[in-house]
Order: sequence, then C-alpha cells, then structure tokens
Amino acid sequence: MSELKPMSNPAPASPERRRFVGAATAAAGLAIAPGVLLIEVAHGRPEDQAASNAVRWGLLVDATKCATGCNDCVTACSTENGWTPVAESAHARQAPQWIRKLELQDPLTQMETNLPMMCQHCAEPPCVDVCPTGASFKRADGIVLVNRHTCIGCRYCMMACPYKARSLVHEPLNDTQKPDVPRGIGCVESCTLCVQKVDRGDGNTACAEACTAAGHNALLFGDMNDPESEISKRLRELPTKQVRADLNLNLGVRYHGI
Amino acid sequence: MKRLLAVGAVVLTTAALAWAGSDAQPKASGAPKPVITKAVKGEQCVEPTDFMRRNHMRLLSHQRDETVIEGVRTKKYSLKECINCHASETTGSVAAAKDDFCVSCHSYAAVKIDCFDCHSTKPQGSAAMHPLNAETAHYKHKLAAQAASKVSAEEMAGVAQ
Repeated sequence: MSELKPMSNPAPASPERRRFVGAATAAAGLAIAPGVLLIEVAHGRPEDQAASNAVRWGLLVDATKCATGCNDCVTACSTENGWTPVAESAHARQAPQWIRKLELQDPLTQMETNLPMMCQHCAEPPCVDVCPTGASFKRADGIVLVNRHTCIGCRYCMMACPYKARSLVHEPLNDTQKPDVPRGIGCVESCTLCVQKVDRGDGNTACAEACTAAGHNALLFGDMNDPESEISKRLRELPTKQVRADLNLNLGVRYHGI
Repeated sequence: MKRLLAVGAVVLTTAALAWAGSDAQPKASGAPKPVITKAVKGEQCVEPTDFMRRNHMRLLSHQRDETVIEGVRTKKYSLKECINCHASETTGSVAAAKDDFCVSCHSYAAVKIDCFDCHSTKPQGSAAMHPLNAETAHYKHKLAAQAASKVSAEEMAGVAQ
C-alpha cells in the first residue's frame, strides 16, 4: 500500500498500517517460537527482557456489573500506588485521580450507569504527541507512561488528554511513596496499568483484583494481542465501546454496557 | 644549658609534627568528613568500591532509562537494590538523617540529589511500617470515602460532558 504513495508525501504511518505491521511481527514471533512465547505470556517475562510489542495490555470494563456506590477499584489503586484519595486530600481539586468512579444518568430515561474512568492507554496517545520533552511515552506493550526523569511538569499532556486522566503532583510527598511506585512533585502522573505488577508477572492490576475480590467481576485485565486470553475472548463475544471512539485513538480500555 | 634547650626544641618540634601528621583533617578546615556506614546486608557491592564511588551515578542513570522506557527490571544496578543494602539501621532509610548513606557524602561534596523527590528512601520490606502504607490504610481510605466527598458529582463526571 504505502509503496504506491508518491515519495513527496511523507505521511505518518496510519493506524491501520501500524496495526498491520504489529500484527505481522506478532505472527512472525508466534511462527518462530510458539512454545516460548506462550510460556512468557503466562508467567511474565524475565526481568532482563524488555517489554515487547507482541503483547498489548488492556482492560475490559463491564459497566453492567459495576456496582453503584462501590469504590473498591479506586481504593485498591491508591493503596497499591500510594496516592492520597480525593476525600483525604487537603486540595480536592488538585488531588491525583489515577482512577475515578463515574455515575452517569441519562437525562431522558433516568437510566444510571456506573463506570471507572482512567487512562485509556491509547495506541495513538495525544499526550505523547504533545509532550515537549518526550517524557510522555507509550511502552512497547501498549502501556502509556510518564518518564518522570524528563517530565518538566508543563501539563500540556493534561490539556491534550480527552479523558482527564492525568494529574500533577503539586506538593512534596515527603518520602511517602511506595518503593515500587516512584512519583513526586512537579511531575504529571496517571494510571500505569500497575506496570510494577505487570513486570513482576502478577498478570493483573490492583483495580481488577479488587473488583474480583468484591465479587463484581466488572474489570478484566489481559493481553489483547493474544487471541486465547480471557480478555480477547470476552471482547469477541461482548459488544464493547471505546469512549470518544470518534477520536480514533484505538484505546486499551474497552467498555461494555455504556 | 644551650645544648639542653636545643634538645628540648627538637623534641617539641618532632612532637608537634607528629601530632599534625596524625590529624589528616585539621579542625581549621571546618567541613566534617562524611560518615560512610558499611552496608547492612552483603559483603561486597556490585562493583569494586572505588569504581562505585566515582561511577554510581552513571550506572543508575543508564539503568533508570532501561527500566522506565523498556521495562527491564534487572536488580544489579537498580536504585531499589542500593537502598535495600545501604539503608541505615537506625532510620531505615538512605536519606532521612544527615549521616545516612546517600546524604552523608552528597552533603559533603555539595552535590544535590533529587532521586528522593520521587523515589522512596526506604527498602521494600519496611514500607509496611510507614503509617501511610500500613495495611489499615485500605480501610482508612474506605471510611474517608464514605464520608462527605469534597468533589461534586459534576466534577467527577467532567469527562462525560
């Protein structure tokens, strides 16, 4: 396809082309060493191995199972990642919200919908496009992160994000961080899909674990590139939506029942 | 008498020189030397001590980019492993008190480090001891969340508009 384009038109790789190349690479990987890949996906990768684009981590939110008044995913996230919940913050409007619960109501029918909202881990993230220092980046396995070593706290990404997923740390945290989750003053942050847990090989996020523990099973984490994973199977069966699908960002978080 | 005085002078000079020689850091220069405490765990650092003193920042800087960007989590040069071995026995930290491992040398050399603006100064295991990280924090958050929320529903649902 792209070879037919005139050379004078250096168009950026389209999402379709990227997806095709990604799928082709994944297929080649599977063909070379299927057994090895399967083991890696099941048990997490070795610690000296870089994250691979054969995997794309994603989250399926079943809004029909998300319970009214339940905040367990938010609590679990703040406990795992060490951020202060909004209700306890001295400055609620500035408080970090890696994940938040939304209660929506249809004004015509009064139908209520519950859902958690967080970084959607776009395949084409606007926050990465606008970052002036390259601190906002997408890891090979699809997780969108902030490199705090290069973040200058300009908050351009917060403006660019259609999901209001990011927040800035305004005040010194005084050594209250978790050893696994560095975060600090002057840096933007958001949901990391529990990257520390993923790299450890837990294969689940704190929010999804809490949701399962509470018996709601509204959150399912997994590898969207693996056709045999639970999330891929559910995505094939259920009608799901991307929030603001019109932006064509190819989200890593999919919603059912909205 | 003259001879006796001369001998006395020689003895005094020698003693004075010996005293000066024994004190490598005369008090007049003012700066107290850094306290370098031996690591609590382990016998030998990942590289020879001399190399680490001069190059630890390069190792850490290289490792941090690999870890953050690529997701490589090898332990050998990771800051977390530095902290695991070098955290002080009294404060449980590498940077809480002025004699703690990192701070001690860095304040002597007047090199500001901002690692601990973001990174915890305490090893993994001790995290549970921190009041904010304690197991009960889970329930504390829950109780607080059930109380009046300071953020209105409109703000929480901001994304829906």
